Amino acid sequence: MKSLINFFEKVGFSVTSRIHRLGTATRLFFLILLASGESFKRFQLTMKEIYFTGVMSLVIIIVSAFFVGMVLGLQGYYTLQKYGSSEAIGVLVALALVRELGPVVTALLFAGRAGTAITAEIGLMKATEQLSAMEMMAVNPVGRIIAPRFWAGVIAMPILAAIFSMVGILGGYVVAVIVIGVDEGAFWSQMQANVDFRYDIVNGVIKSLVFGVACTIIALFEGYDAPPTAEGVSRATTRTVVTSSLVILGLDFILTSFMIGG
Amino acid sequence: MSDNLITIENLTFGYGTEILHKGINMEFQRGKVSAIMGGSGSGKTTILKLIGGQIKPKSGSVSVDNQIVHKQNLDGIYKLRRKMGMLFQHGALFTDLSVYENVAFPMREHTDLPENIIKDLVLMKLNAVGLRGAYKLMPTELSGGMARRVALARAIALDPDIIMYDEPFAGLDPISMAVICDLIRTLNDALGATSIIVTHDVAETFSFADYIYFVADGIVAAEGSPKQLMASKLPFVKQFIHSEKDGPVPFHVSAPSYNSDLSL
Repeated sequence: MKSLINFFEKVGFSVTSRIHRLGTATRLFFLILLASGESFKRFQLTMKEIYFTGVMSLVIIIVSAFFVGMVLGLQGYYTLQKYGSSEAIGVLVALALVRELGPVVTALLFAGRAGTAITAEIGLMKATEQLSAMEMMAVNPVGRIIAPRFWAGVIAMPILAAIFSMVGILGGYVVAVIVIGVDEGAFWSQMQANVDFRYDIVNGVIKSLVFGVACTIIALFEGYDAPPTAEGVSRATTRTVVTSSLVILGLDFILTSFMIGG
Repeated sequence: MSDNLITIENLTFGYGTEILHKGINMEFQRGKVSAIMGGSGSGKTTILKLIGGQIKPKSGSVSVDNQIVHKQNLDGIYKLRRKMGMLFQHGALFTDLSVYENVAFPMREHTDLPENIIKDLVLMKLNAVGLRGAYKLMPTELSGGMARRVALARAIALDPDIIMYDEPFAGLDPISMAVICDLIRTLNDALGATSIIVTHDVAETFSFADYIYFVADGIVAAEGSPKQLMASKLPFVKQFIHSEKDGPVPFHVSAPSYNSDLSL
Protein backbone atom coordinates (compact mmCIF):
# COMPACT_ATOMS: atom_id res chain seq x y z
CA MET A 1 0.00 0.00 0.00
CA LYS A 2 2.81 2.34 0.99
CA SER A 3 4.67 1.71 -2.26
CA LEU A 4 1.46 2.46 -4.20
CA ILE A 5 1.11 5.78 -2.36
CA ASN A 6 4.79 6.50 -3.07
CA PHE A 7 4.21 5.74 -6.75
CA PHE A 8 1.28 8.17 -7.00
CA GLU A 9 3.23 10.72 -5.01
CA LYS A 10 6.12 10.49 -7.49
CA VAL A 11 3.80 10.73 -10.49
CA GLY A 12 1.98 13.69 -8.93
CA PHE A 13 5.23 15.45 -8.12
CA SER A 14 6.56 14.87 -11.61
CA VAL A 15 3.36 16.26 -13.20
CA THR A 16 3.12 19.32 -10.93
CA SER A 17 6.81 20.16 -11.34
CA ARG A 18 6.44 19.99 -15.13
CA ILE A 19 3.38 22.25 -15.02
CA HIS A 20 5.31 24.60 -12.75
CA ARG A 21 8.22 24.70 -15.20
CA LEU A 22 5.85 25.31 -18.10
CA GLY A 23 4.35 28.22 -16.16
CA THR A 24 7.79 29.65 -15.40
CA ALA A 25 8.81 29.34 -19.06
CA THR A 26 5.60 31.11 -20.15
CA ARG A 27 6.28 33.86 -17.63
CA LEU A 28 9.81 34.24 -19.00
CA PHE A 29 8.37 34.45 -22.52
CA PHE A 30 6.12 37.36 -21.55
CA LEU A 31 8.93 39.04 -19.58
CA ILE A 32 11.05 38.84 -22.74
CA LEU A 33 8.28 40.44 -24.81
CA LEU A 34 7.94 43.22 -22.22
CA ALA A 35 11.70 43.82 -22.11
CA SER A 36 12.21 43.63 -25.88
CA GLY A 37 12.38 47.37 -26.49
CA GLU A 38 16.10 47.37 -25.72
CA SER A 39 16.74 44.62 -28.32
CA PHE A 40 15.44 46.86 -31.10
CA LYS A 41 16.56 50.24 -29.75
CA ARG A 42 20.11 48.92 -29.43
CA PHE A 43 19.92 46.57 -32.37
CA GLN A 44 23.69 45.96 -32.30
CA LEU A 45 23.07 43.74 -29.21
CA THR A 46 20.70 41.57 -31.27
CA MET A 47 23.03 41.68 -34.29
CA LYS A 48 25.89 40.33 -32.17
CA GLU A 49 23.70 37.41 -31.12
CA ILE A 50 22.50 36.81 -34.69
CA TYR A 51 26.16 36.39 -35.56
CA PHE A 52 26.70 33.83 -32.77
CA THR A 53 23.49 31.87 -33.27
CA GLY A 54 22.99 32.31 -37.02
CA VAL A 55 26.27 32.93 -38.80
CA MET A 56 28.21 30.50 -36.61
CA SER A 57 25.63 27.79 -37.40
CA LEU A 58 26.09 28.20 -41.16
CA VAL A 59 28.74 25.50 -41.59
CA ILE A 60 26.66 22.73 -40.05
CA ILE A 61 23.52 23.96 -41.87
CA ILE A 62 25.17 24.17 -45.30
CA VAL A 63 27.02 20.85 -45.07
CA SER A 64 23.97 18.99 -43.73
CA ALA A 65 21.69 20.59 -46.32
CA PHE A 66 23.97 19.57 -49.17
CA PHE A 67 24.05 15.93 -48.06
CA VAL A 68 20.31 15.85 -47.34
CA GLY A 69 19.67 17.26 -50.84
CA MET A 70 21.97 14.69 -52.43
CA VAL A 71 20.28 11.82 -50.61
CA LEU A 72 16.85 13.16 -51.62
CA GLY A 73 18.04 13.34 -55.22
CA LEU A 74 19.28 9.75 -55.18
CA GLN A 75 16.31 8.21 -53.37
CA GLY A 76 13.81 10.30 -55.30
CA TYR A 77 15.30 9.46 -58.68
CA TYR A 78 15.26 5.70 -58.16
CA THR A 79 11.68 5.76 -56.87
CA LEU A 80 10.35 8.10 -59.58
CA GLN A 81 12.15 6.15 -62.30
CA LYS A 82 9.96 3.13 -61.53
CA TYR A 83 6.93 5.23 -62.52
CA GLY A 84 8.65 6.84 -65.49
CA SER A 85 8.56 10.32 -64.04
CA SER A 86 12.20 10.94 -63.16
CA GLU A 87 11.89 14.53 -64.51
CA ALA A 88 9.76 15.31 -61.47
CA ILE A 89 12.82 14.89 -59.26
CA GLY A 90 13.27 18.69 -59.06
CA VAL A 91 9.75 19.16 -57.66
CA LEU A 92 10.18 16.31 -55.20
CA VAL A 93 13.45 17.66 -53.82
CA ALA A 94 12.16 21.24 -53.64
CA LEU A 95 8.83 20.40 -52.01
CA ALA A 96 10.39 18.03 -49.49
CA LEU A 97 12.92 20.67 -48.51
CA VAL A 98 10.77 23.80 -48.56
CA ARG A 99 7.75 22.27 -46.83
CA GLU A 100 9.31 19.87 -44.32
CA LEU A 101 13.01 19.11 -44.21
CA GLY A 102 14.21 22.71 -44.46
CA PRO A 103 12.38 24.03 -41.39
CA VAL A 104 12.51 20.77 -39.37
CA VAL A 105 16.13 19.72 -39.90
CA THR A 106 17.32 23.31 -39.54
CA ALA A 107 15.48 23.58 -36.22
CA LEU A 108 16.93 20.26 -35.00
CA LEU A 109 20.44 21.33 -35.98
CA PHE A 110 19.85 24.79 -34.48
CA ALA A 111 18.78 23.21 -31.18
CA GLY A 112 21.92 21.07 -31.12
CA ARG A 113 24.34 23.79 -32.13
CA ALA A 114 22.99 27.21 -31.05
CA GLY A 115 20.41 26.09 -28.46
CA THR A 116 22.94 24.22 -26.35
CA ALA A 117 25.39 27.13 -26.62
CA ILE A 118 22.71 29.56 -25.41
CA THR A 119 21.74 27.30 -22.47
CA ALA A 120 25.34 26.72 -21.41
CA GLU A 121 26.18 30.42 -21.70
CA ILE A 122 23.17 31.64 -19.68
CA GLY A 123 23.59 28.81 -17.15
CA LEU A 124 27.24 29.67 -16.60
CA MET A 125 26.48 33.38 -16.38
CA LYS A 126 24.04 32.51 -13.62
CA ALA A 127 26.47 30.13 -11.87
CA THR A 128 29.24 32.74 -11.90
CA GLU A 129 26.89 35.45 -10.58
CA GLN A 130 27.15 37.53 -13.76
CA LEU A 131 23.35 37.88 -13.93
CA SER A 132 23.21 38.87 -10.25
CA ALA A 133 25.99 41.39 -10.85
CA MET A 134 23.96 42.87 -13.70
CA GLU A 135 20.86 43.09 -11.49
CA MET A 136 22.90 44.84 -8.80
CA MET A 137 24.05 47.33 -11.44
CA ALA A 138 20.36 48.16 -11.99
CA VAL A 139 20.44 46.50 -15.42
CA ASN A 140 17.61 44.08 -16.19
CA PRO A 141 19.25 40.81 -17.37
CA VAL A 142 16.09 39.82 -19.24
CA GLY A 143 16.30 42.97 -21.36
CA ARG A 144 20.07 43.05 -21.74
CA ILE A 145 20.96 39.34 -22.07
CA ILE A 146 17.87 37.22 -22.68
CA ALA A 147 15.74 39.30 -25.09
CA PRO A 148 18.50 39.97 -27.68
CA ARG A 149 19.23 36.23 -27.82
CA PHE A 150 15.54 35.46 -28.22
CA TRP A 151 15.07 37.83 -31.15
CA ALA A 152 18.35 36.68 -32.67
CA GLY A 153 17.03 33.09 -32.67
CA VAL A 154 13.66 34.12 -34.08
CA ILE A 155 15.31 36.15 -36.87
CA ALA A 156 18.06 33.63 -37.64
CA MET A 157 15.91 30.50 -37.89
CA PRO A 158 13.88 31.34 -41.06
CA ILE A 159 17.02 32.63 -42.76
CA LEU A 160 18.90 29.44 -41.89
CA ALA A 161 15.94 27.33 -43.06
CA ALA A 162 15.86 29.23 -46.37
CA ILE A 163 19.62 28.66 -46.80
CA PHE A 164 19.11 24.98 -45.92
CA SER A 165 16.42 24.57 -48.59
CA MET A 166 18.49 26.42 -51.17
CA VAL A 167 21.66 24.40 -50.55
CA GLY A 168 19.60 21.19 -50.36
CA ILE A 169 18.10 21.88 -53.80
CA LEU A 170 21.63 22.47 -55.06
CA GLY A 171 22.66 19.07 -53.61
CA GLY A 172 19.69 17.44 -55.33
CA TYR A 173 20.67 19.17 -58.58
CA VAL A 174 24.26 17.90 -58.36
CA VAL A 175 23.14 14.28 -57.95
CA ALA A 176 20.12 14.31 -60.28
CA VAL A 177 21.42 16.48 -63.11
CA ILE A 178 25.21 16.31 -62.99
CA VAL A 179 25.77 12.76 -61.70
CA ILE A 180 22.68 10.86 -62.96
CA GLY A 181 21.94 12.99 -66.01
CA VAL A 182 18.32 14.07 -65.57
CA ASP A 183 17.43 16.84 -68.00
CA GLU A 184 18.38 20.20 -66.48
CA GLY A 185 15.51 22.08 -68.08
CA ALA A 186 12.97 19.58 -66.74
CA PHE A 187 14.54 19.71 -63.28
CA TRP A 188 14.15 23.50 -62.95
CA SER A 189 10.97 24.08 -64.98
CA GLN A 190 8.95 21.42 -63.15
CA MET A 191 10.13 22.91 -59.86
CA GLN A 192 9.14 26.41 -60.99
CA ALA A 193 5.73 25.24 -62.18
CA ASN A 194 4.79 23.15 -59.16
CA VAL A 195 6.15 24.97 -56.13
CA ASP A 196 3.57 27.48 -54.94
CA PHE A 197 4.84 30.59 -53.19
CA ARG A 198 1.94 31.03 -50.75
CA TYR A 199 1.17 27.38 -50.11
CA ASP A 200 4.69 25.93 -49.98
CA ILE A 201 7.25 28.65 -49.31
CA VAL A 202 5.26 30.92 -46.96
CA ASN A 203 4.06 27.92 -44.96
CA GLY A 204 7.67 26.75 -44.65
CA VAL A 205 8.70 30.18 -43.41
CA ILE A 206 5.81 30.20 -40.89
CA LYS A 207 6.99 26.80 -39.61
CA SER A 208 10.57 27.94 -39.19
CA LEU A 209 9.42 31.11 -37.39
CA VAL A 210 7.40 29.01 -34.92
CA PHE A 211 10.35 26.63 -34.46
CA GLY A 212 12.61 29.65 -33.93
CA VAL A 213 10.41 30.91 -31.09
CA ALA A 214 10.11 27.43 -29.53
CA CYS A 215 13.80 26.45 -29.78
CA THR A 216 15.11 29.76 -28.51
CA ILE A 217 12.68 30.08 -25.60
CA ILE A 218 13.46 26.49 -24.53
CA ALA A 219 17.23 27.14 -24.67
CA LEU A 220 16.92 30.43 -22.78
CA PHE A 221 14.57 29.05 -20.15
CA GLU A 222 16.72 25.97 -19.50
CA GLY A 223 19.79 28.20 -19.03
CA TYR A 224 17.96 30.74 -16.87
CA ASP A 225 16.38 28.03 -14.73
CA ALA A 226 19.51 25.84 -14.44
CA PRO A 227 20.81 25.15 -10.92
CA PRO A 228 24.05 27.18 -10.60
CA THR A 229 26.36 24.14 -10.59
CA ALA A 230 28.39 22.28 -13.24
CA GLU A 231 25.95 19.36 -13.05
CA GLY A 232 22.95 21.68 -13.25
CA VAL A 233 24.24 23.38 -16.41
CA SER A 234 25.12 20.04 -17.98
CA ARG A 235 21.63 18.64 -17.35
CA ALA A 236 20.02 21.82 -18.62
CA THR A 237 22.01 21.60 -21.84
CA THR A 238 20.88 18.01 -22.40
CA ARG A 239 17.27 18.97 -21.64
CA THR A 240 17.48 21.75 -24.23
CA VAL A 241 18.26 19.27 -27.02
CA VAL A 242 15.74 16.66 -25.93
CA THR A 243 12.86 19.08 -25.26
CA SER A 244 13.53 21.15 -28.39
CA SER A 245 13.64 18.07 -30.62
CA LEU A 246 10.37 16.70 -29.26
CA VAL A 247 8.66 20.09 -29.41
CA ILE A 248 9.85 20.68 -33.01
CA LEU A 249 8.53 17.32 -34.20
CA GLY A 250 5.24 17.74 -32.31
CA LEU A 251 4.72 21.28 -33.56
CA ASP A 252 5.59 20.20 -37.10
CA PHE A 253 2.75 17.68 -37.09
CA ILE A 254 0.29 20.22 -35.67
CA LEU A 255 1.32 22.96 -38.11
CA THR A 256 1.31 20.61 -41.09
CA SER A 257 -2.18 19.35 -40.29
CA PHE A 258 -3.44 22.94 -40.06
CA MET A 259 -1.68 23.95 -43.25
CA ILE A 260 -2.86 20.97 -45.27
CA GLY A 261 -6.34 21.27 -43.78
CA GLY A 262 -6.44 25.01 -44.57
CA MET B 1 20.70 64.35 7.19
CA SER B 2 20.81 61.18 9.26
CA ASP B 3 24.23 59.75 10.06
CA ASN B 4 23.02 56.30 9.01
CA LEU B 5 22.85 55.58 5.32
CA ILE B 6 21.52 52.05 5.83
CA THR B 7 19.34 50.86 8.70
CA ILE B 8 18.20 47.31 9.31
CA GLU B 9 15.39 46.94 11.87
CA ASN B 10 14.06 43.71 13.39
CA LEU B 11 14.91 41.83 10.23
CA THR B 12 13.60 38.31 9.95
CA PHE B 13 14.43 36.26 6.89
CA GLY B 14 14.46 32.61 5.93
CA TYR B 15 14.08 30.18 3.08
CA GLY B 16 10.88 28.12 3.32
CA THR B 17 10.36 27.11 6.93
CA GLU B 18 14.02 27.57 7.87
CA ILE B 19 14.62 30.90 9.62
CA LEU B 20 18.07 32.39 8.95
CA HIS B 21 17.77 35.80 10.62
CA LYS B 22 15.75 36.24 13.81
CA GLY B 23 15.35 39.97 14.40
CA ILE B 24 18.57 41.61 13.26
CA ASN B 25 19.27 45.29 13.88
CA MET B 26 22.17 47.07 12.20
CA GLU B 27 23.10 50.63 11.31
CA PHE B 28 25.71 51.59 8.76
CA GLN B 29 27.06 55.09 9.15
CA ARG B 30 27.90 57.33 6.21
CA GLY B 31 31.55 57.40 5.30
CA LYS B 32 32.45 54.40 7.47
CA VAL B 33 33.75 50.96 6.62
CA SER B 34 31.59 48.39 8.42
CA ALA B 35 32.07 44.65 8.41
CA ILE B 36 29.62 41.80 8.91
CA MET B 37 31.41 38.75 10.23
CA GLY B 38 30.28 35.28 11.13
CA GLY B 39 30.73 31.65 10.27
CA SER B 40 29.85 30.07 6.94
CA GLY B 41 26.10 29.78 6.46
CA SER B 42 25.29 32.44 9.05
CA GLY B 43 23.49 34.56 6.43
CA LYS B 44 26.07 37.32 5.93
CA THR B 45 25.76 37.46 2.14
CA THR B 46 21.97 37.30 2.49
CA ILE B 47 22.12 40.63 4.34
CA LEU B 48 23.82 42.20 1.31
CA LYS B 49 21.13 40.72 -0.96
CA LEU B 50 18.45 42.20 1.31
CA ILE B 51 20.12 45.61 1.17
CA GLY B 52 20.29 45.34 -2.63
CA GLY B 53 16.61 44.33 -2.83
CA GLN B 54 17.37 40.99 -4.50
CA ILE B 55 15.28 39.23 -1.84
CA LYS B 56 12.54 40.40 0.54
CA PRO B 57 12.51 40.00 4.32
CA LYS B 58 9.80 37.99 6.09
CA SER B 59 9.39 40.85 8.55
CA GLY B 60 11.23 43.95 9.65
CA SER B 61 12.78 46.43 7.26
CA VAL B 62 15.93 47.43 5.43
CA SER B 63 16.10 51.11 4.57
CA VAL B 64 18.65 52.74 2.31
CA ASP B 65 18.84 56.52 2.32
CA ASN B 66 15.56 56.60 4.29
CA GLN B 67 13.72 54.48 1.73
CA ILE B 68 12.47 51.02 2.67
CA VAL B 69 13.96 48.73 0.04
CA HIS B 70 11.33 45.99 -0.18
CA LYS B 71 8.46 48.51 -0.44
CA GLN B 72 9.88 49.89 -3.70
CA ASN B 73 8.69 48.72 -7.09
CA LEU B 74 11.27 47.47 -9.60
CA ASP B 75 12.01 50.99 -10.85
CA GLY B 76 12.47 52.19 -7.28
CA ILE B 77 14.82 49.30 -6.49
CA TYR B 78 16.81 50.03 -9.66
CA LYS B 79 17.06 53.71 -8.60
CA LEU B 80 18.40 52.63 -5.21
CA ARG B 81 20.84 50.18 -6.82
CA ARG B 82 22.33 53.00 -8.87
CA LYS B 83 23.61 54.33 -5.55
CA MET B 84 25.28 50.97 -4.86
CA GLY B 85 28.30 49.14 -6.14
CA MET B 86 28.86 45.50 -5.32
CA LEU B 87 31.95 43.35 -5.46
CA PHE B 88 30.97 39.70 -5.76
CA GLN B 89 32.92 36.86 -4.17
CA HIS B 90 34.63 35.80 -7.39
CA GLY B 91 34.33 39.12 -9.19
CA ALA B 92 31.44 38.08 -11.48
CA LEU B 93 33.13 39.76 -14.44
CA PHE B 94 31.36 39.40 -17.78
CA THR B 95 33.53 36.77 -19.43
CA ASP B 96 32.66 37.81 -22.99
CA LEU B 97 33.82 41.40 -22.40
CA SER B 98 37.37 42.71 -21.98
CA VAL B 99 38.55 44.38 -18.77
CA TYR B 100 37.92 47.78 -20.41
CA GLU B 101 34.39 46.85 -21.51
CA ASN B 102 33.57 45.39 -18.09
CA VAL B 103 34.38 48.67 -16.37
CA ALA B 104 32.66 50.67 -19.11
CA PHE B 105 29.52 48.51 -18.84
CA PRO B 106 27.66 50.48 -16.11
CA MET B 107 28.59 53.77 -17.81
CA ARG B 108 27.24 52.61 -21.16
CA GLU B 109 24.05 51.29 -19.55
CA HIS B 110 23.24 54.30 -17.37
CA THR B 111 24.77 57.34 -19.06
CA ASP B 112 24.93 58.91 -22.50
CA LEU B 113 28.56 59.91 -22.12
CA PRO B 114 30.58 60.17 -25.32
CA GLU B 115 33.16 57.46 -25.99
CA ASN B 116 36.19 59.69 -25.26
CA ILE B 117 34.85 60.54 -21.76
CA ILE B 118 34.02 56.87 -21.09
CA LYS B 119 37.57 55.96 -22.09
CA ASP B 120 39.07 58.52 -19.68
CA LEU B 121 36.78 57.42 -16.84
CA VAL B 122 37.49 53.71 -17.38
CA LEU B 123 41.24 54.30 -17.41
CA MET B 124 40.95 56.42 -14.24
CA LYS B 125 39.00 53.69 -12.44
CA LEU B 126 41.46 51.04 -13.60
CA ASN B 127 44.35 53.24 -12.53
CA ALA B 128 42.80 53.51 -9.06
CA VAL B 129 43.00 49.73 -8.71
CA GLY B 130 46.44 49.55 -10.36
CA LEU B 131 45.29 47.79 -13.53
CA ARG B 132 45.33 50.50 -16.19
CA GLY B 133 47.94 48.45 -18.04
CA ALA B 134 45.59 45.44 -18.19
CA TYR B 135 42.65 47.14 -19.90
CA LYS B 136 42.95 45.04 -23.08
CA LEU B 137 42.97 41.67 -21.27
CA MET B 138 40.02 39.29 -21.11
CA PRO B 139 38.78 38.08 -17.68
CA THR B 140 40.17 34.58 -18.36
CA GLU B 141 43.67 36.09 -18.57
CA LEU B 142 43.49 37.59 -15.06
CA SER B 143 44.56 36.10 -11.74
CA GLY B 144 42.00 35.86 -8.91
CA GLY B 145 43.32 39.03 -7.25
CA MET B 146 43.37 40.97 -10.52
CA ALA B 147 39.83 39.86 -11.37
CA ARG B 148 38.68 41.08 -7.95
CA ARG B 149 40.37 44.46 -8.58
CA VAL B 150 38.74 44.82 -12.01
CA ALA B 151 35.39 43.98 -10.42
CA LEU B 152 36.10 46.66 -7.83
CA ALA B 153 36.84 49.19 -10.59
CA ARG B 154 33.51 48.22 -12.18
CA ALA B 155 31.70 48.52 -8.82
CA ILE B 156 32.94 52.11 -8.40
CA ALA B 157 32.40 53.03 -12.06
CA LEU B 158 29.50 55.35 -11.28
CA ASP B 159 30.94 56.64 -7.95
CA PRO B 160 28.35 54.89 -5.75
CA ASP B 161 27.36 56.06 -2.26
CA ILE B 162 27.45 52.48 -0.98
CA ILE B 163 30.05 49.84 -1.83
CA MET B 164 29.31 46.27 -0.76
CA TYR B 165 31.95 43.56 -0.71
CA ASP B 166 31.03 39.88 -0.57
CA GLU B 167 33.98 37.89 0.78
CA PRO B 168 36.58 40.12 -0.91
CA PHE B 169 39.54 38.16 0.50
CA ALA B 170 38.37 34.61 -0.27
CA GLY B 171 41.05 32.58 -2.02
CA LEU B 172 43.59 35.40 -2.35
CA ASP B 173 47.32 35.23 -1.68
CA PRO B 174 48.68 37.51 1.10
CA ILE B 175 49.89 40.20 -1.33
CA SER B 176 46.58 40.41 -3.19
CA MET B 177 44.79 40.40 0.17
CA ALA B 178 46.84 43.37 1.38
CA VAL B 179 46.16 45.19 -1.90
CA ILE B 180 42.40 44.65 -1.60
CA CYS B 181 42.44 45.77 2.09
CA ASP B 182 44.23 48.94 1.14
CA LEU B 183 41.90 49.58 -1.80
CA ILE B 184 38.74 49.16 0.29
CA ARG B 185 39.88 51.77 2.79
CA THR B 186 41.40 54.16 0.23
CA LEU B 187 38.46 54.06 -2.17
CA ASN B 188 35.95 54.47 0.65
CA ASP B 189 37.69 57.58 1.91
CA ALA B 190 38.45 59.01 -1.54
CA LEU B 191 34.87 58.58 -2.80
CA GLY B 192 33.26 59.52 0.52
CA ALA B 193 31.32 56.26 0.26
CA THR B 194 29.90 53.90 2.86
CA SER B 195 31.37 50.41 2.69
CA ILE B 196 30.00 47.12 3.96
CA ILE B 197 32.21 44.06 3.92
CA VAL B 198 30.99 40.53 4.42
CA THR B 199 33.90 38.37 5.48
CA HIS B 200 35.29 35.89 7.98
CA ASP B 201 38.91 37.02 7.72
CA VAL B 202 39.61 38.42 11.16
CA ALA B 203 43.13 39.86 10.88
CA GLU B 204 42.50 41.80 7.64
CA THR B 205 39.11 43.14 8.67
CA PHE B 206 40.20 44.21 12.13
CA SER B 207 43.09 46.16 10.59
CA PHE B 208 40.95 48.68 8.69
CA ALA B 209 37.23 48.40 9.54
CA ASP B 210 35.54 51.11 11.61
CA TYR B 211 32.74 48.97 13.00
CA ILE B 212 32.08 45.25 13.06
CA TYR B 213 28.93 43.14 13.49
CA PHE B 214 29.20 39.48 14.43
CA VAL B 215 26.27 37.38 13.22
CA ALA B 216 25.58 33.99 14.79
CA ASP B 217 22.46 31.88 15.26
CA GLY B 218 20.42 34.39 13.29
CA ILE B 219 21.11 37.35 15.57
CA VAL B 220 23.79 40.02 16.01
CA ALA B 221 25.87 38.23 18.63
CA ALA B 222 28.27 41.14 19.15
CA GLU B 223 29.11 44.52 17.67
CA GLY B 224 31.62 47.28 18.19
CA SER B 225 34.87 48.76 16.98
CA PRO B 226 37.74 46.34 16.36
CA LYS B 227 39.32 47.48 19.64
CA GLN B 228 36.15 46.80 21.63
CA LEU B 229 35.71 43.38 20.05
CA MET B 230 39.33 42.40 20.68
CA ALA B 231 38.70 43.06 24.35
CA SER B 232 35.36 41.23 24.32
CA LYS B 233 34.87 38.39 26.76
CA LEU B 234 31.92 36.93 24.84
CA PRO B 235 32.68 33.22 24.22
CA PHE B 236 31.55 33.32 20.56
CA VAL B 237 33.66 36.41 19.76
CA LYS B 238 36.68 34.90 21.53
CA GLN B 239 36.30 31.62 19.64
CA PHE B 240 35.96 33.41 16.32
CA ILE B 241 38.79 35.91 16.79
CA HIS B 242 41.25 33.35 18.14
CA SER B 243 40.17 30.63 15.67
CA GLU B 244 39.41 28.13 18.44
CA LYS B 245 38.26 24.75 17.20
CA ASP B 246 35.56 24.18 19.79
CA GLY B 247 33.34 26.52 21.76
CA PRO B 248 29.87 27.99 21.32
CA VAL B 249 30.20 26.94 17.67
CA PRO B 250 30.69 23.19 18.19
CA PHE B 251 33.21 21.12 16.25
CA HIS B 252 30.68 18.30 15.78
CA VAL B 253 27.42 18.69 13.93
CA SER B 254 24.59 17.40 16.13
CA ALA B 255 24.27 13.64 15.66
CA PRO B 256 23.06 10.52 17.48
CA SER B 257 25.49 9.03 19.99
CA TYR B 258 28.80 7.85 18.54
CA ASN B 259 28.39 4.38 20.07
CA SER B 260 24.97 3.82 18.53
CA ASP B 261 26.21 4.94 15.10
CA LEU B 262 29.11 2.50 15.32
CA SER B 263 26.77 -0.23 16.67
CA LEU B 264 28.88 -0.67 19.80
